[in-house]
Amino acid sequence: MHIELNHYLWLSAFMFTVGVIGVLVRRNAIVIFMCVELMLNAVNLSFVAFSHFLSDIQGQMMVFFVMTVAAAEAAVGLAIVISLFRNRQTVNIDEINLLKG
Amino acid sequence: METVSFILFSFLGALVMVGSIGTVWSRNPVTSALFLVLNFFALGGIYLLLEAQFIAVVQVIVYAGAIMVLFLFTIMLLNLDDEQALKEKFDLQKGFGILLGGVLLVEVLYILGLKINLPQKSTTLTPVEIGEAKNIGRELITNFLFPFEIVSILLLLAVVGAIVLAKKNFSPNT
Repeated sequence: MHIELNHYLWLSAFMFTVGVIGVLVRRNAIVIFMCVELMLNAVNLSFVAFSHFLSDIQGQMMVFFVMTVAAAEAAVGLAIVISLFRNRQTVNIDEINLLKG
Repeated sequence: METVSFILFSFLGALVMVGSIGTVWSRNPVTSALFLVLNFFALGGIYLLLEAQFIAVVQVIVYAGAIMVLFLFTIMLLNLDDEQALKEKFDLQKGFGILLGGVLLVEVLYILGLKINLPQKSTTLTPVEIGEAKNIGRELITNFLFPFEIVSILLLLAVVGAIVLAKKNFSPNT
């Protein structure tokens, strides 16, 4: 059996869909962050697969930058979660409605 | 050789699927985080299959190491119980979310099923050479110098922002 580009893209599509479902279904803010990481990784996988099959280095550069941004996003996002938990004693996003006034 | 790599791909792909489903499915946030670590390790293996050595190592160090430690640390810090404590909403919302996800999956698979003409290969480097740290580093400080500098500023901002957010006693009512 030969591994083609489409196999990697199917895997990536599956991972991205699971991430989307997780964001829509789960109520725990931290788990939602994890699902966002899942989606970022799905996109990284298709970048690396395209980079391999097109012999182009730019896909891997993009993955490098996505990882950096994901690290920054996780740090700031978790700080926000800690700050919210300190005020509300919950991470349930249904109970966090500060912006409604 | 082809067969071996296909078996490896199937095994790692199954691990990726199990890891991602387990992340969404499990009730306990710590279990979710551990499934996510499994997912990231398996993805690192798949990057090795794609001959992207540098990205594979960075995946394991940065994602499975740094970011997941940050997640687990936050979960421990907040001392969350099982999610039974969280009031689960009615099931219509969940059903709708799963429906939307299924629609998205069908759309993406339909697009993948179309015949897409890939552009011509643009470099003379072989895939193994592309994945080397040497070539990635050279590309980083020549063609991608400006994004590289911008990313350093972004990281600085993230550090400052995280400290400010986590330190200050942010309360909207006072």
